Amino acid sequence: MDYLMFLKAFVVGGLICVIGQLFIDYTTLTPAKILVGFVTIGVVLGAIGIYDPLVKWAGAGATVPLSGFGYALAIGTKKAIQKDGLLGVLTGPLSAGSAGITAALISGLIASLISKPHAK
Amino acid sequence: MDKIYTLEVKNVMQVTNNEYDKMSKKASPPSPKLKNCINAFLIGGLICTIGEALRVYYTSLGFTKDGVKAGVSVTLIVITAILTATGLFDKIARYAGAGTLVPITGFANSVVSPAMEFQSEGRILGTGANMFKIAGPVIVYGCSTAVLYGFIIWIFKLY
Repeated sequence: MDYLMFLKAFVVGGLICVIGQLFIDYTTLTPAKILVGFVTIGVVLGAIGIYDPLVKWAGAGATVPLSGFGYALAIGTKKAIQKDGLLGVLTGPLSAGSAGITAALISGLIASLISKPHAK
Repeated sequence: MDKIYTLEVKNVMQVTNNEYDKMSKKASPPSPKLKNCINAFLIGGLICTIGEALRVYYTSLGFTKDGVKAGVSVTLIVITAILTATGLFDKIARYAGAGTLVPITGFANSVVSPAMEFQSEGRILGTGANMFKIAGPVIVYGCSTAVLYGFIIWIFKLY
């Protein structure tokens, strides 16, 4: 097992979170805007090929933060275009995020069904 | 009379400001912003390390590359949902700041938390609609940027 990968994942993932913390502490951006920003920047970095080396080097340290979700959207779009051409432009992004999005929605629905009303 | 009145108000203000400073210095560590960053680094790093461990585990089970990616995300999302439902997530998040917000756990929490919170407003417009309050914008702008990228590489045949 490659133990160094765990250290790389820890450091890179931690540093990406520190960037988010700096936005919280030094700007008036709301958490929603920060999340949108991370995903959008992830798509852009994935598109111009900067994020790919980081994913190869740090593994989950780069894919688990939301910028990695954006990266997955960009990569998924490219793959879908290679397979389906123009149709892939429309089907690629959501296909790439479908497992995560659906898992979150189902989890949310189940959590709301089993939790008592008014409970936070 | 007016002058004396303002002077008194000023004095009271100064005293409370001084007292407040002393109180806040006693209550908070030297640099709360540095501490926030360290907490975010440690918790965020830990979550990514758990993700890496899951990646290694799912790879060893013989999942496909896409299957491993989805498996890691889905596992972290389900763990977040359980922690959110039991109220533990909020406690960790208060301490971790961006450490739990920036990883996929923040996205999952932004769906699960309002789903539970708004159920008193009904299943459709309460739970159903509010789930997308933060996830919606994330999906809208993430997808739009990806479509723009896809359209550009399709036009210029860069794929």
